[in-house]
Amino acid sequence: MSPTTLWLTLIAAGLITYAIRLSLIVTWGRVTPPPALQRALRFVPPAVLAAIIFPGLLRPDGPLNLSPGNTRLLAGIVATVVAWRTRSALLTIAAGMAALWGLQALMARI
Amino acid sequence: MTPTSRSEFLAGVRAEAPILLGVAPFGMIYGALAIAAGLPRDAAQAMSAIVFAGSAQFIATQLIATGTPPLVILLTTLVVNLRHILYSASVAPYLQRLSIGRKALLAYLLTDEAYAVGILRYQNGAASAGRHSAPRRSEHWYLLGAGLALWCTWQLSTAAGIFLGSQMPPTWSLDFTLPLTFIALLIPTVSDRPALVAALAAGAVAVIGAGWPYKTGLLAAALTGIAVGVWAETRQNASRQHGAILPGFEALAGLVGKTRNRLKPRFRPTHSPSAGQDASQEKSEEA
Repeated sequence: MSPTTLWLTLIAAGLITYAIRLSLIVTWGRVTPPPALQRALRFVPPAVLAAIIFPGLLRPDGPLNLSPGNTRLLAGIVATVVAWRTRSALLTIAAGMAALWGLQALMARI
Repeated sequence: MTPTSRSEFLAGVRAEAPILLGVAPFGMIYGALAIAAGLPRDAAQAMSAIVFAGSAQFIATQLIATGTPPLVILLTTLVVNLRHILYSASVAPYLQRLSIGRKALLAYLLTDEAYAVGILRYQNGAASAGRHSAPRRSEHWYLLGAGLALWCTWQLSTAAGIFLGSQMPPTWSLDFTLPLTFIALLIPTVSDRPALVAALAAGAVAVIGAGWPYKTGLLAAALTGIAVGVWAETRQNASRQHGAILPGFEALAGLVGKTRNRLKPRFRPTHSPSAGQDASQEKSEEA
């Protein structure tokens, strides 16, 4: 991406984000989001986040990899359990990175 | 700034402080990742000021690094940040008396973390002053304090991350902190079956579509997940009404619900006293 395209993309992304935040503050009383949109919004975070996470864990190098040698998938499962039990973002990241480094060291020895 | 405004502003900063401890490492991870992904330092820092939305910045960084066309990046940003509409709607009634300039400033600062703290102040103020009374002017200073504290922390931690990121070797697999961050954000949003189904459907489509041109697999996956979530919720509501839900699912949902309740007090201490009150009330009624 050329520097000009990069900067224009950043500015446009900022404007989109800002427009969303400002939208109902300035149109309050005149516009109400349709109920269907309100229902759908609840599923935006789980859908988007899962869509980003899954390919990185299951296809780390391109093809689907469900073997025990897939260190990223195993470390991701460890992180998921820690996230579920503790709800702490920092513990999740720490446990996931520790698992990845541990598994990578183990794979190097085998 | 009147003395009341100043004390509200500082109270907002103080209320935001514990959250800042969690936000600062994220800002550093973002800065380091942006450098690892090949973004120029100035663009990486500018994104924190221009976009000012953690998860969208992480995703945009990844998309830019993999050469995604700008249109797809912008559409993804739109979908990822749509949840802010809910925050906008939620604070809107409290901000109506403010000038457009002040509305514009507070909207810019309306992140997940500032909203979470600010809306409580407005709601408590409204509860103590009567439901229909307008919020006192000073309460806006509270949201401003929380928002600015977060803004400064985000910019500084981004800068620290950019500095550190240029010194970390790629063998550390630091890019893996990105999916880990998203796992930490994802798990709390999977609060019931429709949300779980939405996440699994989106994940499956994303894995299938990972090789699709222009990274369109991500968008297709997100939209599929949202649609499937709405469908699952509709079905769940319909089968509840007819009393025809599978017993196995009921048992599983009950088990998940119990674990959740057991975990809740640790994260939301405000919930436990009211739960205790309910229990004692029930007991006294029995007696």
